[in-house]
Amino acid sequence: MDKLDNHIILDTLQQRFGDAFTVLGEPHGLLTISVAAEQIIAFLEFVKDDATLRLNYLTDITAVHYPKQEKDFCIVYHLHNMLHNMRLRIKVLVSGPTPTVPTATVLWNGANWMERETYDYFGVVFDGHPDLRRILNMDELEVFPMRKEYPLEDPNRVDKKDFYFGR
Amino acid sequence: MSKPITKITPNADVFYDNDPQDELITLNLGPTHPATHGVFQNVLQIDGERIVSGVSTIGYIHRAFEKIAEHRPFYQITPLTDRLNYCSAPINNMGWHMTVEKLLEIEIPKRVQYMRVIVMELARIADHIICNGILGVDTGAFSGFLYVMQEREFIYEIFEEICGARLTTNIGRIGGFERDFNEVAFRKIQEFLERFPPVLKEFENLFVRNRIFIERTSGVATVTPEEALSYSWSGPILRATGVDYDVRVVDPYCSYEEFEFDVPVGTSGDVYDRFMVRNEEMWQSLRIIEQALEKIAKEPKGVFHADVPAFYLPPKEQVYTNMEALIYHFKIVMGEWETPQSEVYHAVEGANGELGFYMIHDGGRSPYRLHFRRPSFINYQMFAPMSSGMLISDAIINMSSLNVIAGELDA
Repeated sequence: MDKLDNHIILDTLQQRFGDAFTVLGEPHGLLTISVAAEQIIAFLEFVKDDATLRLNYLTDITAVHYPKQEKDFCIVYHLHNMLHNMRLRIKVLVSGPTPTVPTATVLWNGANWMERETYDYFGVVFDGHPDLRRILNMDELEVFPMRKEYPLEDPNRVDKKDFYFGR
Repeated sequence: MSKPITKITPNADVFYDNDPQDELITLNLGPTHPATHGVFQNVLQIDGERIVSGVSTIGYIHRAFEKIAEHRPFYQITPLTDRLNYCSAPINNMGWHMTVEKLLEIEIPKRVQYMRVIVMELARIADHIICNGILGVDTGAFSGFLYVMQEREFIYEIFEEICGARLTTNIGRIGGFERDFNEVAFRKIQEFLERFPPVLKEFENLFVRNRIFIERTSGVATVTPEEALSYSWSGPILRATGVDYDVRVVDPYCSYEEFEFDVPVGTSGDVYDRFMVRNEEMWQSLRIIEQALEKIAKEPKGVFHADVPAFYLPPKEQVYTNMEALIYHFKIVMGEWETPQSEVYHAVEGANGELGFYMIHDGGRSPYRLHFRRPSFINYQMFAPMSSGMLISDAIINMSSLNVIAGELDA
């Protein structure tokens, strides 16, 4: 079997999906693509089961908040092919205030807690998730604390302002 | 600013539907149960001694490290990583340093890489000692734990010699180590290599062919490779199911590809196999440390960090006498360093599995977003589903063998 590389991954994806995805780059050799929310499960299923790609290990699911962008939430999936040591990063950009993507628990059981954590931090709703509750924070919490608008410290505190450090 | 959305699901009514006649007992195992070795809660529905179903509640020591990390310069995040898996803090520290070095594209001298390998493998041994020792305690064999505990203490003495701290080590810096290993450290590592094998052998003899231990552990909590991969397991518990996935081999970092070592795998994925995999990994770690010492001897002496003045603090005496050193010192401490806008994922083989750091950096003082892929968190989610049908005593040793560390679980 040939050694899998980013070109082969891209070619295989293009054959199957055409223009349905965007290549965002290869930071530090890790191919990153962006997919629309409606298509993410089809994508994940394809890369998981395809005989060439076999990116069947779900390393991680998390999210990022970009409050200045129109689509202000980015859900990030890391997949891994252990045989060839190839990783693929898939991003899904969605807009708030209630970002919604379909759940990946239909493909991997392990996605369950990863998605619960992402929901807990960012309020990303994973449509179809069997048990979407908070996991690390208390159930009574009314905000999603990893969103950028929630400051780490008391915003009224002035003694740590940049002004006092000449910057 | 968007208002937070309303709650999606209320706190789910856990499992009151499947018991119409109220015959089952609900048992709270935890949050501070002595047998769980950490702050976890499991609400179990039991029928006599047998678990019918269970729900894990975690987050009792959640400290919002990912949020804190968004407001800290890189070097202040290292102490946060200490507190993830505090049984093997140096692996977390090294993983974090390597993530930043990958982002900044810093080349690390070979000698420093071998030093890191030594520190990481010592930490792995310390972690596995705890896990296997505790597993023995939970099956009723207390003495083995005490034998090896002394050796863990000795590993901590080595750490103390290297960095001054024992448990939450904050070891190393971005670009290398804060100081060279001194003579005493090298002597103690050598001494450890001599005194640990007989102790580990004795520990092994207490368990490996012990009939009580085998009957308590063999065939308990069997996991197939497919299940384990579907739950994204990694580390010794995945290898116990027969999948030979070790980040050190598959995705080598820190020159691991130069080392000769075996990756032990199990066959059935039960508690006994997990014990054996961890046990064998300690032997392999010893091999790696031996090789690393040999390799260090061949490298030029006294190199303990990369030559990256913009990111590595200069020696204090130079700060007072040397203009460049003063400038760099000031810039580093004030967080005025130039860093690329990029994103990076770096994984190391932690004691419990693939410990990943996913960082998005916008060129500012601190990461824009930092996510820890914590093996304990991902491994532990199978605990409640796999417990149903198990005896409580089996579930306890199953939990021990997963080696869930509360700090890493909750971040």
